[in-house]
Amino acid sequence: MTPEVPPLMSLEAITKVYGTGDAEVRALDGVDLAIAEKEFVAIMGPSGSGKSTAMNVLGCLDAPSDGHYRFMGVDVGALSLDQRALLRRNYIGFVFQGYNLLARTSALENVELPLIYKGISAAERRAQAMEALAKVGLEGREHHDPSQLSGGQQQRVAIARAIVGRPAVIMADEPTGNLDTARSREIMELLTRFNRDDGMTIVMVTHEADMADYADRLVHFVDGRIDSDVTQQRAA
Amino acid sequence: MLWETIKLALQAIFRNALRSFLTVLGIVIGVAAVIAMVTVGEGSTAQVTKDVAKLGTNLLMVRPGQPQQGPQTSGGTAAAFDMKDVEAIQAQVAGVRAAAPANTRTMTAILGNENHSTSVTGTDSSYLEARDMPVKLGRPFYESELRTGAAVCLLGQTVRRELFGSGNPLGQDLRLKTISCRVIGVIDEQGVSSFGTDQDDFVLLPIKAFQRRIAGNSDVSIIFVAVRDGVSTVKAKGEIERLMRERRRISAGEEDDFNVFDMKQIASVLTGITGVLTGLLSAVAAVSLLVGGIGIMNIMLVSVTERTREIGIRLAVGAQERQVLMQFLVEAIVLSLLGGLIGIMLGLALGALGANLLRVPFSPNPLIVLLAFGFSAMVGVVFGYFPARRAARLNPIDALRHQ
Repeated sequence: MTPEVPPLMSLEAITKVYGTGDAEVRALDGVDLAIAEKEFVAIMGPSGSGKSTAMNVLGCLDAPSDGHYRFMGVDVGALSLDQRALLRRNYIGFVFQGYNLLARTSALENVELPLIYKGISAAERRAQAMEALAKVGLEGREHHDPSQLSGGQQQRVAIARAIVGRPAVIMADEPTGNLDTARSREIMELLTRFNRDDGMTIVMVTHEADMADYADRLVHFVDGRIDSDVTQQRAA
Repeated sequence: MLWETIKLALQAIFRNALRSFLTVLGIVIGVAAVIAMVTVGEGSTAQVTKDVAKLGTNLLMVRPGQPQQGPQTSGGTAAAFDMKDVEAIQAQVAGVRAAAPANTRTMTAILGNENHSTSVTGTDSSYLEARDMPVKLGRPFYESELRTGAAVCLLGQTVRRELFGSGNPLGQDLRLKTISCRVIGVIDEQGVSSFGTDQDDFVLLPIKAFQRRIAGNSDVSIIFVAVRDGVSTVKAKGEIERLMRERRRISAGEEDDFNVFDMKQIASVLTGITGVLTGLLSAVAAVSLLVGGIGIMNIMLVSVTERTREIGIRLAVGAQERQVLMQFLVEAIVLSLLGGLIGIMLGLALGALGANLLRVPFSPNPLIVLLAFGFSAMVGVVFGYFPARRAARLNPIDALRHQ
């Protein structure tokens, strides 16, 4: 028997219920899913299929109602809010559809944000944030506010913020949802590069098949369950 | 880490400059209004209290005529007193410190080319004692002058200034109608009363000189009675009334044909008025404080959505509840302190200005300063901190999606 490498993240019979009684909605209904290191997983499915909920659980932003979620072997369900914050701080970076940058705050300060909570010194923070911004192609725009940047640029600031702490995983929730095709491709190429060159695992929710083609695994949700889970050849 | 938190809070304050400014403004308005109003109110009260003390709270005025409201002199048809009545009160009423006659008439005092209309009072040395009027320059009346009714006089500061300017009045002769009297002394400054009357505008003569050379009779129109400290003026008043009824042969059942007025009555009226004034000012101040507080509340609550999303972002990148709360708490404290300090300075400045304009003493009350500051700071901290605390306890995803 060959020793099996434990998956980075594993969902075991995860259920997530919102509301109670008649208003009860089962967003996730007994989901099992294992994601290994360095995978690039795209999660697809119609609205209300539970794909975003699955992502929030995987990203430790939300707690499941039932079942076990293990992240690097740790049962996340048993952790407090603060302990989950530590997991996010050290291992997970987020990219959201709406960018979620701090308003009236420069790109540089936005990217520095995760490092503040890691207790990294100001000078070191600045250096790392500059480097991350350079990696996403935003040299020279470090001191721009989000309001002075285009959507594609804002999303790149968000990606810089996600990768600045060198996380194990990037969670991307509809990262190209607000962008045109050309801008979307740029974002996907960036994500692909961090997956391939830096070995970061990527979990991405999308409803665009073109974008899902960049992943090497496609998980399809329907009605809170996994409908299909296939490995595919990457595009590009 | 604390320094880092303070820096984060300062960044947030400058980043949200408008919100910060409005919060600070709310606190400044509340604190400044309360401090300015209460300072002016208390200054007025202090002024009135001082005036009342000068008036003599243990002073009684005995006048002929039916009892009436207020301290007006009105003889009416009732018989005047005479010096024997004054002596009887001095000798027979317990607790009397000084009983003084006073006959007053408005006359023109003339010196060379200068003349000045003033109130001329015939009295004796006990008047100075009863009214607490120390002689500042020169000397009081001699017993012999009082006995013979010598033509000598004491001046109030206003008369001295009007007639003599900065010159020395002692030994000069002043003309009052047909008589000429020699100035022997000047009374110390008495100031302006709460009614706005100049209490330094008078000339004092020996009562005998007044009776013989001005009035042409031996009447005494008012008797001032000063009661010793610690003796009840009510009790002294009762005794004087009994004594005078007896002396004026008023039979039982008949009404008094004189009245005894207690200066405490004026004092209580004045204190009542300033009490109402202070109450009104305090009410206005309380409203300002409330309005300032509502302003702060409003700004903080309006920004809850934005702050909740910000907290969501911070939580998502790995901030813990404690770190987020610390930042918001420090932010609220810094804003409150800043607003409070500006408010205190502004309030004291306005209070000093108001006190100066109203010519009342400027004596800020540290308790009020603390109270106003404390209230506003509390509003700032409570409304800055508690929405943040609620947000920081949410699942990060709920905070991020807050609408």
